[in-house]
Amino acid sequence: MPEPDASPLQPLRNRLAAVATLDAAALEVEEIAILGRKQGELTQQLKGLAALPIEEKRAVGGALNQLKVEFEAAFAARRTTLRCANSAHDASTVDLTMPGRATWEGTRHPVTLVVEEIVAIFAGLGFSVALGPEVETEARNFSALNFPPDHPAMDMHDTLYLDPAGHERGAGERLLLRTHTSPVQVRVMRAGPPPYRVVIPGIVYRNDPFDPSHAPAFSQIEGLAVDEGITFVDLKATLAHFARKFLGSDTRVRFRPSFFPFTEPSAEMDVGCAICGGKGCSACKGTGWMEILGCGMVHENVLRTCHVDPERFTGFAFGMGPQRITMQRYALPDIRLLYSGDMRFLTQFGGLDQ
Amino acid sequence: MKVSRRWLEAFLRRPLDARDLASRLAMLGAPVDAIDPVGTNLGAFVVAVITAVRPHPNADKLHVTTVDDGSGTLFNVVCGAANVMAGKKYPFARLGTVMPSGLVIEKRKLRGEPSEGMLCSARELGLGSDHDGLLTLDTDAAPGTPLVDVLDASDERLELDVTPNRPDLLGHKGVARELATSYGIPFRLPEIPGLADVDLPTPVRYADEAVVGGVRLAVADPTGCGRFLGAVIRGVTVGPSPEWLQRRLESVGARSINNVVDATNYILLELNQPMHAYDAARLRGPAIVVRAARADESVVTLDGVARTLSEGTLVIADAERVIGIAGLMGGRDTEVTEGTTDLFLECAWFEPSRVRKSRRAGGLSTDASQRFERGTDRWGAVDAFRRCIRLIITVAGGAVDGATVDCTPAPTFPPRIFLRPVRVAQVLGITLPWIEIEKHLVAIGATVVSKPEDERIAVDVPGWRPDIVAEIDLIEEIARLHGYENIPADLRPFRPGHRTDDAAWGTAARVRLGLAALGLSEVMTLPMVNDPDPRAPRLLHPLSAEHGMLRTALVPSLVRQIEANWSAQVGDVRLFEVGTVFANSQPGDPPREALHAGFTVTGARHPAHWTAAGKATPWDAWDAKTIFERLVALAEPAATVQVEGGQWIARDGLGNQVGWCGPVGADAPPWATPLFAGEVTVAEQLAATLSYRPMPAFPAIVRDLALLVPLTRRVVEITSLLAERGARYGLESASVVDEYRGKSLPEGMRSVAIRLVFRGADRTLTDTEVEPAVARLRASLERELDVTLRSS
Repeated sequence: MPEPDASPLQPLRNRLAAVATLDAAALEVEEIAILGRKQGELTQQLKGLAALPIEEKRAVGGALNQLKVEFEAAFAARRTTLRCANSAHDASTVDLTMPGRATWEGTRHPVTLVVEEIVAIFAGLGFSVALGPEVETEARNFSALNFPPDHPAMDMHDTLYLDPAGHERGAGERLLLRTHTSPVQVRVMRAGPPPYRVVIPGIVYRNDPFDPSHAPAFSQIEGLAVDEGITFVDLKATLAHFARKFLGSDTRVRFRPSFFPFTEPSAEMDVGCAICGGKGCSACKGTGWMEILGCGMVHENVLRTCHVDPERFTGFAFGMGPQRITMQRYALPDIRLLYSGDMRFLTQFGGLDQ
Repeated sequence: MKVSRRWLEAFLRRPLDARDLASRLAMLGAPVDAIDPVGTNLGAFVVAVITAVRPHPNADKLHVTTVDDGSGTLFNVVCGAANVMAGKKYPFARLGTVMPSGLVIEKRKLRGEPSEGMLCSARELGLGSDHDGLLTLDTDAAPGTPLVDVLDASDERLELDVTPNRPDLLGHKGVARELATSYGIPFRLPEIPGLADVDLPTPVRYADEAVVGGVRLAVADPTGCGRFLGAVIRGVTVGPSPEWLQRRLESVGARSINNVVDATNYILLELNQPMHAYDAARLRGPAIVVRAARADESVVTLDGVARTLSEGTLVIADAERVIGIAGLMGGRDTEVTEGTTDLFLECAWFEPSRVRKSRRAGGLSTDASQRFERGTDRWGAVDAFRRCIRLIITVAGGAVDGATVDCTPAPTFPPRIFLRPVRVAQVLGITLPWIEIEKHLVAIGATVVSKPEDERIAVDVPGWRPDIVAEIDLIEEIARLHGYENIPADLRPFRPGHRTDDAAWGTAARVRLGLAALGLSEVMTLPMVNDPDPRAPRLLHPLSAEHGMLRTALVPSLVRQIEANWSAQVGDVRLFEVGTVFANSQPGDPPREALHAGFTVTGARHPAHWTAAGKATPWDAWDAKTIFERLVALAEPAATVQVEGGQWIARDGLGNQVGWCGPVGADAPPWATPLFAGEVTVAEQLAATLSYRPMPAFPAIVRDLALLVPLTRRVVEITSLLAERGARYGLESASVVDEYRGKSLPEGMRSVAIRLVFRGADRTLTDTEVEPAVARLRASLERELDVTLRSS
C-alpha cells in the first residue's frame, strides 16, 4: 500500500477518486485536464519521464502508466453511469414501458420436472435412484415378476420385441423393450441382500399407437422397499406421505384393492380430484377421486425368484406414470404434446425451473 | 363387465342406489367406469285418470274416453284396449309427444270421433312386449304427475372394471356376493317368474364317455376339458323370450335372440357359467365329442365366418365334423333356430390356456371365452347346468330325455390352503382377531376347517375363486374385506438401502440444467425411428416402418423437430434431449445402450431488442462450439474437444470418440438460418470434484501481441506453446482477442491478436521481468511456428 501523503502522485490519486462524483460538464473538463493530449497533467508527467534517471524512470513510470489506465477506466465508467441515469430515470423523455433486453430462457421438459420432484420426495424418505437397461429379456420383464407363462401382456400386439435377425434366443431369453421399469427391481434384488429402498425412473414401451391418451414410449417411476418388518401399514404411510408432499398437505388419499401379478395384496392409490374438489366431475368420472399410482406388497414369488426369503423379508412396491401426472398437473388435453418439439409449447414451462 | 342395478336388487332383495354401489364396489376392488341409465325416456308421459268411458258409436272394439291429465282441460281420447275403465289411471301421451317408436301424437279423428292424445300400453312405452292392454297404474299420484315418478321402470347399467384375477365378478351372483358382505345382508338367487316344477335328478357321473338322450358324449381331450355336463331336452318351442327375460338381457346390453339362447345367456350373466345349446337334430352320429382339431379342419361359426383351425385347437365335434370351437363360439350348422325342437345342452369346464390359444388364433373374443380364459367354477357348473335346464323348460317348454350326465375325466377338489394368523400380521401390520379373519373367509365362500387355537387354519377355497391358490391370496382377501381404509397409515422408522444413486442419474440431471441454463429447451422424442445406421436394432412387429428401429443417435430426431418448427413458421429453435441410444453388439446379444445428450440450435442467438433496431444475430459455429464444450464438460469431464475433419470431436482419456459438433443439413425453408448440432455420450460418473484455489494477491501485467500467422498454423498451436513455455515466467493466460484477414497482410498470412496475462504468485511482477519473457516467447513462436510479430 502506498503511503497516504508521501507520494508525489497523491494529488492525482485524489482526483481519480473524485471522478465518480462529477457531473457531465465537469467530467468533460476534468478528462481534458488529466488526459488531454497536450496539456493533460498526466500526459505532461509521462512526457517528463524521459528526463529522469533510469532507476527513477522505472519506478515512477510503472505507477504513472497504471494511473493512466485507471483514469481512462474511471472516465469511461462515469460517462456510462451518467448516460444510463439519463435514459433510465428521466421519465419525462424516456418511455420506461419499453421492453427490457431479454435472453432466451431455457426449459426442462415438464415430465422431467415431475420425475425429479417425485424422486426428490422419495429421496427424503431414504430411497436412492436405480436405473436399468431399456432392452430386457422376457424372463426379467415378465416371469421373474410372477406373470403366468401365457399372460396376455406378452402378446406381440402389446409388447415390442426385438428382431432376433436369425439369432434366436432360448425360452424366456427373447429380447424386448421393457414394458415397465419393474425388471430393475429384479436387478436390484439380485445384486445383493436386503434392505432395498430404491426409486426407478425410466422410459418404458408398449405396442400402442399414439392417441390422445396413449404413447408407444413413456416415462414410468417405480419404487421398491424390502426389509424385515415392512408391512401394508408402511406402504400406506409412505405413499400417503408422498401424495401430501407432492400435491399439498390437505390432499385426501384412499387405497382400494386391485391386481398386479407382482404384488399381493395389491392396491390403487386415489387422490381427491383436484378439479372438482371431490364433488365429482367428468375428469374423475363422477367419483371425486383420481387414480395416481398402483402399489402392493411385493409378491412372495417375486422375492423368491430374486433369492430373497419371503418368510423373513417383506416389502412394498409402487409405480406411477409421470406423463399422466404431468397432463393432470398442467391440464394437457393430449399426451402427444409431450412428444412435441414445438418451441411454443416447450417455452411455456420456463418459470418452473427457477 | 356390465351389471344391472335391478338385477342386483333381485339378489339382495332391497332397493339399491347406483352411485352407492359404485363406491362400494370400488373399495372392494372393482371400480365402476360408467353408470348409464337404461330404459326408454319416459319424461314426456304423465299419469292420467279416466273420468268416463263410452262405446265408440261407429266401432265395436273402440271406446271413447274422457281423460283428465291434470291440466284443467279434459280430453277426448279414442282407445282400443279392452281393459280401459273409468276411475283408473293409465300412462298418457299428450298431443305432440314423440313415442319411442318415433310416432308423433297428433289430434286426429278415428272413425269419426276426435282423439286428442293416447293412452299407452307397456309396449308402446318401450317397456317390453306386453301389448294385451293399457298399462294400469296402481298409484295415488295426481293426474299430471310425470310417469317416471310413479313407474319405477328405471334401471342403471354399471360398467365394472374387473381385474383378471376375479372371474367370479363376471356374473351378477359374484357381484351380489361382494355387495352382500359390504351391506352385511344375505343374498340368494333371484326367483325365475313361473319357474317350471321340473324333477331333475343329479346328473349321472361318468369318466370320459356316456350316452345322454340317445346322443353319445365323449371327452377325448381330458386335459382341455375337465368337466362336461350334457342334457337332451326334447319338444321345445323356440320363440321370443318372455318380457322379463328380454328386459334382463337388455338391461346389460345383451341382445335377445330367442328363448333358448336367451336362457343360456341369462345363466352366463347370472352365474358366470357359459352354456351352449345345439340343435340335437343336426348332430351327426348323433354324437358330441370334445377333442383336439386335426390338420385341415374348419368350421363356420355362428357369426358366419369360415374358420380354418390350427391342429390341436380344442373343438366340439359330432361324429363327422367340427361343430364349434370349445369355449369360444358354436357352429352355424347346429345353431338353435325357429324350427328347432330338440336341444343338446352343454355346460363345460375348459382349460383356460386352451381357450386363450383359440381366442388368439381366431382373433375373436366372446363373452364365453372371456370367462373360460379367466377360469370358471368347475365344481359349481352342475348348479348352473340344472338352473339352465329349468329355465329353458320354463321359457321354451319341452322335457329332459332320460338322465343328464356329468363327464369328469379326472375328478378334482377345490384346494385346501393353510393360513397362519401370524403371517397375516406380518404382511398387513395389524393383528386381527380370529373371529374377524374367519368372518372374511366365510364371506368369500371359503370353508374354515380348523379351530381357533390352531396355529395354521385349514381353509377350503370356493370353486369360483381360481385365483386363490396360496396363503398370501387369503391374506389379500382378509385385507380387502377388512377394508384398506381401516388399516392405519402411520410413518414409522425405516432402514435406508445400501445403494447410492446410480451415477448416470445425477449426470443427466446436471446436463439438463446446464443446457437449459444456456437457453435450450428439453424435448422427449420417440426412441423408435427409421434409422439408416446398420447398427440400429430392428423391432419385430413395429407400429409402422417409420418406427421400425431403435435410434443410434439423438440429433436426427432433434433435426426433425426443428423442421416441424420451421413448418409452423417458428425460426428460433433451441432444443436438447437426454436419452438412451442403442446399437447392435454381437449377433444374438442384447444391443449396447448408452445415455446421450444432443442439441440443435437455429435462428437468433438472443431475442431481438428495440435498441438494436429489432435485429438479432443468428447462432453461428462459435456459439455451437461453446454449447458443445459446455456439454462435454458436464457430460464427460475427462474428454477434450479437438478439430477433426472440419468438425469438433470430443475424445475421452483413452482416445475414444465420445461426441461431435458441427453444422448439419436439414429440409430448411429459404428463410431459415444455419442449423448447428452436437451430441455427446453421458459418462456414468459422479460430479467432478473441485477444490478451492486462492484468489490472486498481486496485480497482473497485460501485454497484447499482434502476430502474423501462416494460414497453415492453428491458433491452438500458438496458445499451447505459449502456455507451456510461459509458465516459468508467470504467464497466467494467453487468449485470442482478435483475428484479421485482409489484403494489407502478406500472401498466405493472417493476423491474430493474443493477450498475455502475467502474474506473480508471491510478488508484483515488474516490466523488467516481463519484457524479456515476452521477447523469449516471441522468439520461440518465430523459431518453432513461423509466427512473427506483425509490424504496425
